[in-house]
Amino acid sequence: MFTGRVIGEIWATRRHETLQGFKLLLVDPHELSSRLPGGKKQGLVVAADTVDAGVGDDVIVAYGRAGRTAIGQGHDIAVEAAVVAVVDSHSGPELG
Amino acid sequence: MLVGRVVGNVWATRKDPTLEGLRFLMVRPFTTANTESQDIVVAGDTLGAGIGETVLVAFGRAARTVLGSQDLGWQVAVVAIVDSISLGDGGVFELGEGGERIPVDGP
Repeated sequence: MFTGRVIGEIWATRRHETLQGFKLLLVDPHELSSRLPGGKKQGLVVAADTVDAGVGDDVIVAYGRAGRTAIGQGHDIAVEAAVVAVVDSHSGPELG
Repeated sequence: MLVGRVVGNVWATRKDPTLEGLRFLMVRPFTTANTESQDIVVAGDTLGAGIGETVLVAFGRAARTVLGSQDLGWQVAVVAIVDSISLGDGGVFELGEGGERIPVDGP
């Protein structure tokens, strides 16, 4: 899992039936490992929201079975990443 | 999961028997810098996504759920076809054929 900042939302009408009803957030990962040489950000992650997160929130994203467990609709769903927490505060390096 | 644009098809005759009938798409992930990743992901598709369309791609069990079986030698699939992306700066856009952002009216 990783922390990241919610930067947007994905809108999709045509989606697999098990994806219906999910809010899909575009998350920009914080981890330094997500940066390519030169400091360029590598990729963005799309995660289903379970905690009513919004744009600008720092969040924690879980992958795989952990993410689906947080969603609580079983494991036969087309979700592989879920926002499982909104960060209130933290110590250590600055996020971003 | 990631969001990206379909940039091609992949055809393969010699393949694992569990992959028979599966349609393969080349997807180029979307990045923040208003550019596309140089990496390509190959995703199985059952939703009928076409070249130039923006798609949501999932990995692992989530992908195989969409493909209809967990007993496949495959781990990436298109799970949704994206209408638009809204960013915190207020912009709502679609991705154009070159990956450029084309503004659209709200979701």
